[in-house]
Amino acid sequence: MSAANEDQDRRASLFALGDRIVKKAISLGADVAEAVISEGSHLSAKVRLGQPELVEEAGSRSIGVRVMIQDGDQGYRVAVSYSSDTSEAGIQRLAEDAVELARLSEPDAFAGPPDPAFLSKESEHAELDLFDPKIDAIDGAAALRHATNGEAAALAADPRVTNSEGATFSRASGGKAIVTSGGFHGYSRGTYASLTVSPVVDDEGGKKRSGYHWTAKRHYAGLLPDEVVGKEAARRTLAKLGARKVETQECAIVFDPDAARSLLGLLAGSISGGAIWRKSSYLIDRLGTEVASSLITIVDDPLLPQGPGSRAFDGEGLLSRRNVIVENGKLLSYLLDTYSGKKLGLPSTASASRGGSGGVGPSTSNFVLQPGTTSAEEILASTPRGLYVTDMMGFGFNGVTGDFSRGASGFWIEDGKKTFPVSEVTISSNLDAMLKGIDRVGSDLDLRSSIASPTIRIAAMTLAGSG
Amino acid sequence: MTHRYTAPFSKGGSSPIDAQIAERLLSVALSRGGDYADLFFEYEVSGSYGYEEGILKSAGRGVSLGLGVRVRKGEATGYAYCEDLAIEAMEHAAKIAAQIASEGGKKPVGLQSISTPSRYPVKELSFDVDGAAKRELLRRADLAARAIDPRITRVEASLAEQIREILIATSDGKIVTDSQPLIRFGLRVIAEDKGQRRAGSSGGGGRMGLSYFDGKSPEWHAGEAVRQALTMLDAREAPAGEMEVVLAPGDSGILLHEAVGHGLEADFNRKKTSNYTDQVGQRVASDLCTVVDDATIAHSRGSIDVDDEGNVPEKAVLIEKGILRGYMQDRQSSEHFHVPFSGNGRRESFKSHPMPRMTNTLLLAGESDPAEIVKSVKKGIFAKKFGGGQVDISNGDFVFSLTESYLIEDGVITAPLKDVNLIGNGPDVMRKVTMLGNDMELSDGIWTCGKDGQSVPVGVACPTIKISAITVGGTQR
Repeated sequence: MSAANEDQDRRASLFALGDRIVKKAISLGADVAEAVISEGSHLSAKVRLGQPELVEEAGSRSIGVRVMIQDGDQGYRVAVSYSSDTSEAGIQRLAEDAVELARLSEPDAFAGPPDPAFLSKESEHAELDLFDPKIDAIDGAAALRHATNGEAAALAADPRVTNSEGATFSRASGGKAIVTSGGFHGYSRGTYASLTVSPVVDDEGGKKRSGYHWTAKRHYAGLLPDEVVGKEAARRTLAKLGARKVETQECAIVFDPDAARSLLGLLAGSISGGAIWRKSSYLIDRLGTEVASSLITIVDDPLLPQGPGSRAFDGEGLLSRRNVIVENGKLLSYLLDTYSGKKLGLPSTASASRGGSGGVGPSTSNFVLQPGTTSAEEILASTPRGLYVTDMMGFGFNGVTGDFSRGASGFWIEDGKKTFPVSEVTISSNLDAMLKGIDRVGSDLDLRSSIASPTIRIAAMTLAGSG
Repeated sequence: MTHRYTAPFSKGGSSPIDAQIAERLLSVALSRGGDYADLFFEYEVSGSYGYEEGILKSAGRGVSLGLGVRVRKGEATGYAYCEDLAIEAMEHAAKIAAQIASEGGKKPVGLQSISTPSRYPVKELSFDVDGAAKRELLRRADLAARAIDPRITRVEASLAEQIREILIATSDGKIVTDSQPLIRFGLRVIAEDKGQRRAGSSGGGGRMGLSYFDGKSPEWHAGEAVRQALTMLDAREAPAGEMEVVLAPGDSGILLHEAVGHGLEADFNRKKTSNYTDQVGQRVASDLCTVVDDATIAHSRGSIDVDDEGNVPEKAVLIEKGILRGYMQDRQSSEHFHVPFSGNGRRESFKSHPMPRMTNTLLLAGESDPAEIVKSVKKGIFAKKFGGGQVDISNGDFVFSLTESYLIEDGVITAPLKDVNLIGNGPDVMRKVTMLGNDMELSDGIWTCGKDGQSVPVGVACPTIKISAITVGGTQR
């Protein structure tokens, strides 16, 4: 049988399961039923100091359902249920649980399925090239080889690299189907592979310094070579030797792409429809206003071929579309599913995500800060004094007010050069002021995660350290 | 066991697992030459209820079932799982895990049941209580919060319930089961005044049923969440730089969890990647500090009768009067260090391998009057509520975020401060513990600890703590 036929069979089998779940829930009294079926397999191999430490391999399948019961003109009562039991008895229990809980929940005037007219058809779903059979075929021995090569390159890079938290190569592949009583059928599948190398070096006073580097892609051919990842991991780790605090002061902060990505994640949470209608975001009532410096354009694009967060349709069956969220600093759109859209009097942005447990909420797809024209090196060179942040720690963000205070480590910048490593300091401000204060955007974007950013610089934040 | 949900692998279940089947699977797991194997059967039912805008807006339930098979060969581990208890599926998982070995090995020993303590007996599981009663508890919280002050504009109340049934069989001859209930209540409110919005929250729970609310009512939590939100309306910018900090008793135990707890998990020390490596017997904290990991506290969120490797944890002294006494062990690290199992081998689910993890981590009480501790501070911070923390195991740097804190000026607690982060170095900060209160308190059951992508419920406890200097990450110079 060809690979394509095999995939068609899998699609048909997931749809059949979805149809049975929907039918069962309707027969038990649901007015709306939406089923999600996920199945996947994964393999993970970890090597430490040249020896295999862990090889993990398994496949799994789960079913989830969201049901709604209409209560006259009061709206819908909603509940969800999920199970790993896909047998007939499992489906029965799943549907019973969901209907029982929907009867317990109370009618919500804003709840309801998407208008059937908005549901996409399978024929409209873009082919996004998310599945690579090469990744699906990687076996334990090959995974161990990648991890071994990556770690060996780190250990060989410098005699001071004497220890390691190990190197891990993982691959995952999975298929997902959504079937709804509104008539929607959607199927997608994808693969993802990654290699992470984490060396450890000894520093003074019994301290160790750990660092890492990683590569991740949906297609095997896009992964960085094992040796490149290992060597870069060693370089990053060694660069932390002798890290120290600096004095408390206000200064410029340069965020490397990984650190900048985490700021972008906070923004994504703050423009999520759920946070907006709950008034739990500092960005309520801010559509059409300046929320970042004019250098900033952020696009949530689910349609990027091979994108880590790509999807042809959203979790409610709407056709995916590119949403410009921030354009030249101005907030153009929130991320909305049908429910949060209705709460705010806006149409869905087709940003619904449906988890394996059946629940639905808005989420990012590929949420990307668009690269600028300045190279990361030029950003550094143009910074007379400040902190170059490579890692942040902790959860110090208050979404309601935007107040930001997190642990940071990286390098001290003096006259456009990294001079010495810094750790055990915090950087603080307010996310609103921080995004408006971005005065450099790098050109160094690498789309290895679904939220991605190039290097950025914020003109001034408070750094708290010694004294 | 609930009336409604029965673990399929239990005696009365649909696919009962007895010693004979377990021994057969263990034999398959060791058939390629593994040194040791174990089986971890898990059946978990979770429920959740969300009350917002005056209605029960969301409700959910989930059931998961599976078997995890682990095979160890030297330092290497093979792991596989299945979600189907058909004998073919279980044998297939055992065969995959077995592949980590290729020669030599041991044979499984005949299985004997071991007895376990009963640290969280529950008269009535929340799953056996009608849903309407849970909805009513959430409604009471909502009404109470709104009634306290008209500035409260939003209320979100939630209840999560869980029952986790496990069965563990090991190739060195143990078979053991446990039934682990857990509930968690949470309340979040938003106060709005003159265009300012501030959040407040309160929550708790443990290994118990709805009897939790006999101790702390929904109305009590409403009062607490509202108090915090209203207080924060007046919050000002926090200071930046090193200063004295006083931590309130209870949830401040996060400090220990991050500053010393993770660094004392034996896997990091076996691999010599922790900054506490090879320091047993040495001073790692001020002589006021005695730190204990205690899995025995009745009904606490972090307590367990048996760990996820079939070992019974007790109370383990980690630091005694400032001197490091030992690490938290899983089976693999116990063998490495030639010490008895401490029962700290935990895992998130049957899909995950066990690691050394904390249960309830305690800093024992000192002798100071808490009021005297505050009085002793000229300029500093009083930390009351926390959002969570994180640590870099290798160098001991840790952070934790304060969601409710106050200035201390000349020995008096004064203005409330906006959210702020503290950063310190574990061994350094623990040496700077200069006063401990006599007011030991256990956190209410809200904390979840993450490590290598695996989450497990934990508890923390501590008295009022004074730290002579730690970096406060505010914005005011």
